[in-house]
Amino acid sequence: MGKKTLLWLQGLSCNGNSQSLLNAENPSFYELFSRVELIFHPEISYKENILQVLEKVLSDRKKVNFLVIEGSITTNKRFHRIGDYTIGELIDRLKNKVDYIIAAGNCASFGNIPVLYREHKDIRGLQFKFKERKGFLPPDFKTKSGYPVINITGCPMHPSWFTQTLIALLEGRKVILDKYNRPKEFFMYLSHDGCLRNEYFEWKVEAEEFGHKEGCLFYNLGCRAPMTHAPCNKILWNRVSSKTRAGLPCFGCTEFDFPLRENYFETKKNIGIPEDVPLGVSKRVYITITGVAKTLKNERLSKKLEETD
Amino acid sequence: MSKGRKYSKEERKLEIVKVACKLFAKRGYYNTTIPDIAEAMGMSVGNIYNYFKSKEELAKYIMRYSSRLLGNEIRKINEEDLSTKEKVYKIVKRFFEIAEEQPELIEYFLRVFLSNREIFNEGCEGFLCVSEVITELMLFFEEGAKIGDFRQQEFFPAFTTLMGPLGGMVFLKGEGVLPKSPVEYSDELAKNIWNALKNG
Ligand code: SF4
Repeated sequence: MGKKTLLWLQGLSCNGNSQSLLNAENPSFYELFSRVELIFHPEISYKENILQVLEKVLSDRKKVNFLVIEGSITTNKRFHRIGDYTIGELIDRLKNKVDYIIAAGNCASFGNIPVLYREHKDIRGLQFKFKERKGFLPPDFKTKSGYPVINITGCPMHPSWFTQTLIALLEGRKVILDKYNRPKEFFMYLSHDGCLRNEYFEWKVEAEEFGHKEGCLFYNLGCRAPMTHAPCNKILWNRVSSKTRAGLPCFGCTEFDFPLRENYFETKKNIGIPEDVPLGVSKRVYITITGVAKTLKNERLSKKLEETD
Repeated sequence: MSKGRKYSKEERKLEIVKVACKLFAKRGYYNTTIPDIAEAMGMSVGNIYNYFKSKEELAKYIMRYSSRLLGNEIRKINEEDLSTKEKVYKIVKRFFEIAEEQPELIEYFLRVFLSNREIFNEGCEGFLCVSEVITELMLFFEEGAKIGDFRQQEFFPAFTTLMGPLGGMVFLKGEGVLPKSPVEYSDELAKNIWNALKNG
């Protein structure tokens, strides 16, 4: 049996997910594509001509198992075209031929930043527009494999979330999806899980500045990790770190509302109380627990880490 | 206390809390002894210790009990389908009603809890023993500001703008210098508070 094939196409995109994929490890980009035949990738393929590739695929002379889409979808040729096709038209023609469609990143998943261009209504994600199932493809759409579009969200996605999902599918393992069609294996975690600042979070010791080793960034500095599904502190970035480990807030970039918020470096508060509280607790519970934690001081956490015993 | 019927342990405990609260509020913490409370209850001193290990423990329990009671009242108002302004009026009114129905609760807060902080050091630090009230007020302010009814600010200025006048009024009443009862000033005071907190 020949290798399975993968075709990567881009809609309205900044290439961020492709850049991310080039950093893949275990398997690396090259290991992955020694197992899978990469039919075409707009940033990497230099010998192939996309129009010829498409011609073969559309006339069923080349089978595509995995169609990967990066970027938001439009059918307006003024904004985007590949040859004479828009990305929307191509998806329409390919959707019933391929086994799987994978949305790489938040734009293909939810529409994301390009949808904010309000003058033009025809921009969306593959199966979602933000949180609504009003994407380019109908809500009940499924590919031949029986899966809807599999969303690997993130701005950009982490390469491992993509490669590991692809490998799971290659090996015929079942991939369980959450309500936004993201693989649970990755998106059942919150990016808060595994942050080195969890103790500061528990005792409500807040960071006042970015980039320090001490303090939690939730109350003042806009950290969205307790409401954001992503394993950023489990599967580290470049195997070394994460935003919150480095003292920068999580921006919630794996969620549909990522571009809908205003100030990424500040926590939205009303009369000093955070408007959004960690997933799984009511605001009442959160406030109660916070009050208790704030009253009881943890000596160790009030010092610089270097100065602790 | 009537002797006709049997009291459960919980009921008896509550009765001690009420009686002790009244005595503390009237005579002050240090001028009230466990034997005084026992006498007022018609119980033996030893029996009181079956319920509370020490006078301090009883003092803290009273505070937690009052906080829960007041917190519940605010919670009910919080959950009502009313405008933010109406809620301000209602909270003010309810506070004064409670101060009239159970004056010892508020008196206790002012004359024992706030005046004898040393008793409440362990286990009642900060807001630990009044957390229900604080939590409900935080929810109340957060919601009001979120829908744009309250001006954005930090919590404590908002908190004291609401609670300060309430405490002040009850205090004046306690001093015997208030010509009318606090409830009768309720709408006037609520208007001031609303004007101070509202957005624009
Ligand atoms: S910085 Fe963010 S991720 Fe880390 S503990 Fe605080 S809230 Fe959680």
